[in-house]
Amino acid sequence: MSANGSHTNDYVEYAPGYVDNEGPKIVTSRFGYEDSHTLERSLSTGGYDGLKAALKKNPAEIAQEVKDAVLLGRGGAGFPAGIKWGFMPPVWPRYLVVNGDESEPGTYKDRLLMERDPHQLIEGCLIACYALGLNQCFLYVRGEMAQAQENIAQALNDAYAAGYCGKNILGTDVGIDVVLHWGAGAYIVGEETALIESLEGNRGMPRLKPPFFPAAKGVYMKPTIVNNVETLANLPWLMVNGADEYKKYGSEKSPGTRMLAISGHVKRPGVYEVEQGVVSFRDLFYGENYAQGIKDDNELKAFVPGGGSAPWFFGDQLDIKIEASEVGPAGSMLGSGAIMVMDETTDIVKAALRLVRFYARESCGKCTPCREGTSWEEKVLQRINDGLGRPEDIDLLIDIGKNISPGTYPVASFGDEELDAVPFPPKQTTICPLGPSSVAPITSAIRRFRGEFEAKIGASALPESRPGGETSIDALEVDA
Amino acid sequence: MSRLSPANEAIAKELLSHYPRAKSALIPMLHLAQEQDGYVANDAMEHIAELIGVTPAEVMGTCTFYEMFVLHPVGKYKIDICTNLSCQLLGAEELLHHAEEKLGIRAGGTTDDGLFTLEDVECIAACTEAPCLQVNYRYELRLEHSDFDKMVDDLRSGKRKDIPDHGTLAKVRQHITADREAGITPPETTGTPAWFTSRLPAEENA
Repeated sequence: MSANGSHTNDYVEYAPGYVDNEGPKIVTSRFGYEDSHTLERSLSTGGYDGLKAALKKNPAEIAQEVKDAVLLGRGGAGFPAGIKWGFMPPVWPRYLVVNGDESEPGTYKDRLLMERDPHQLIEGCLIACYALGLNQCFLYVRGEMAQAQENIAQALNDAYAAGYCGKNILGTDVGIDVVLHWGAGAYIVGEETALIESLEGNRGMPRLKPPFFPAAKGVYMKPTIVNNVETLANLPWLMVNGADEYKKYGSEKSPGTRMLAISGHVKRPGVYEVEQGVVSFRDLFYGENYAQGIKDDNELKAFVPGGGSAPWFFGDQLDIKIEASEVGPAGSMLGSGAIMVMDETTDIVKAALRLVRFYARESCGKCTPCREGTSWEEKVLQRINDGLGRPEDIDLLIDIGKNISPGTYPVASFGDEELDAVPFPPKQTTICPLGPSSVAPITSAIRRFRGEFEAKIGASALPESRPGGETSIDALEVDA
Repeated sequence: MSRLSPANEAIAKELLSHYPRAKSALIPMLHLAQEQDGYVANDAMEHIAELIGVTPAEVMGTCTFYEMFVLHPVGKYKIDICTNLSCQLLGAEELLHHAEEKLGIRAGGTTDDGLFTLEDVECIAACTEAPCLQVNYRYELRLEHSDFDKMVDDLRSGKRKDIPDHGTLAKVRQHITADREAGITPPETTGTPAWFTSRLPAEENA
């Protein structure tokens, strides 16, 4: 039993966290088997059938099929994979890099896919490589995920030995090498150009785009496609069943399913495979097949719809359908499918501080607005939370944010005050979106819960509440 | 402290063979050094630099960017407690405090007997199973304070055989045998695969 007391015990035993919600299963079909990571189980349940189907067609047909299926990237930006593939100039060699560096706060899906069904991912890689005429694919797994590395290494050894990978795949003349690579603990490496730097053995700092768009100048300055684990895991099913069948699931703009991790204050947190654009956040939080309600039947206070970098949603946004084309205009992003729920007992200042602290710790230090800005945001929030806040601190936080992300920051609509939503994405003064992401929790929390910030500052603005009385205020001013 | 052992040097050379350019093997080789000594030793970095053909400073430059690499000995068991939002909401900070009291150290510290190092870390991708932690990168999920105590006691008494010493990640490595390798060659000498050219539609192939 758990620390929060309300978890039920109906999880799929062999994939802790995954909940079988009896919906369509495109990527999680093997999660119920204890040996889902083995070649035997994979083969007995249709494994590598997608690769066999693909090898019977010519590569261009496969790329077209992926385009027709409108397979949206599942890593965060949600860009259609088929169109991304089309950006590659006719230059060889070219490389595929699989982004398995899942580290966005709240995101928990790629790890399950890598641990529980590595063959499905390898098959997806091979299909993508075949479609694009690639010699080599690098499977970049997050450093902390020892079990995923182990299962993928074993799966690759088995796939090589059985002739599914390497030279003369399935007896044809096609040869593709898939290499397991692993990181060493840096969130920024999830950004595709930083991932490439890291794969080249360097410090994982993002490259400037242009000119370093990976599709043109990626690994070793050669054309490179970076795709997320979940995106590629969809390919075997797509090859077997075709784009028309794929589009029967989900909505017109966002076909197929998504893996969503619902965590925080809900009765049944878990990773669910959900049809895109069909289910709303309300269904997800309160539905019997999903999270089954807010913990202890409390009121919902706020939720993060797409990972720590996404501006927050509130009760007003509960009926939005879960698809990128709905969430974006409403002022946030579906991102990596990480939904974190905060109930009425949540200390909002503390929650914002914790997320901002993440960005301050993970900033790579390349761009000044992010390197300096994120740590100042953390310091100012920390002093508000510690009871040492100053009346001007709220404006100061907003001002620091504007130096990282100029203009009006994306934010959800707020019915009571008739404030409209500002659509995603934010503007940025930095090379990558890490810095601007740190502004999301601050903007969201201050817009909706300004009173909580003022209350903490109000209680601390009185000189007598300072340690040592008035004299220490001067000391603190000098300090800051 | 030490350079890579002959056995590990052989593994390092195998790693090199997986990449079109040698420097790509740098991070996996640093993990190998950390697996050998429990931390990344200066001599190991020099050895890696020799194997790859870069300067030791370049190796250290990469090494110091990544949080998992430690340049000094840490505990045999590194306990990383996640305190990011999902875990914080469900009691991770209280768990961290409890861990600090149980082990008698602050986050970032190592116990006097050299057994445990405690860290307060960012999201480890088990958010639905909060609060959670990793011991040497092996997960412990949905922890009560009593579960934490039991885990520490079991590690102390040697009952937990499933947790290797700090530095060891996957216990299985990828091996690509020469007869199965499709051909990993430097980018300068790699062209369009023949199988791709032969499959292009006739008009493009002309």
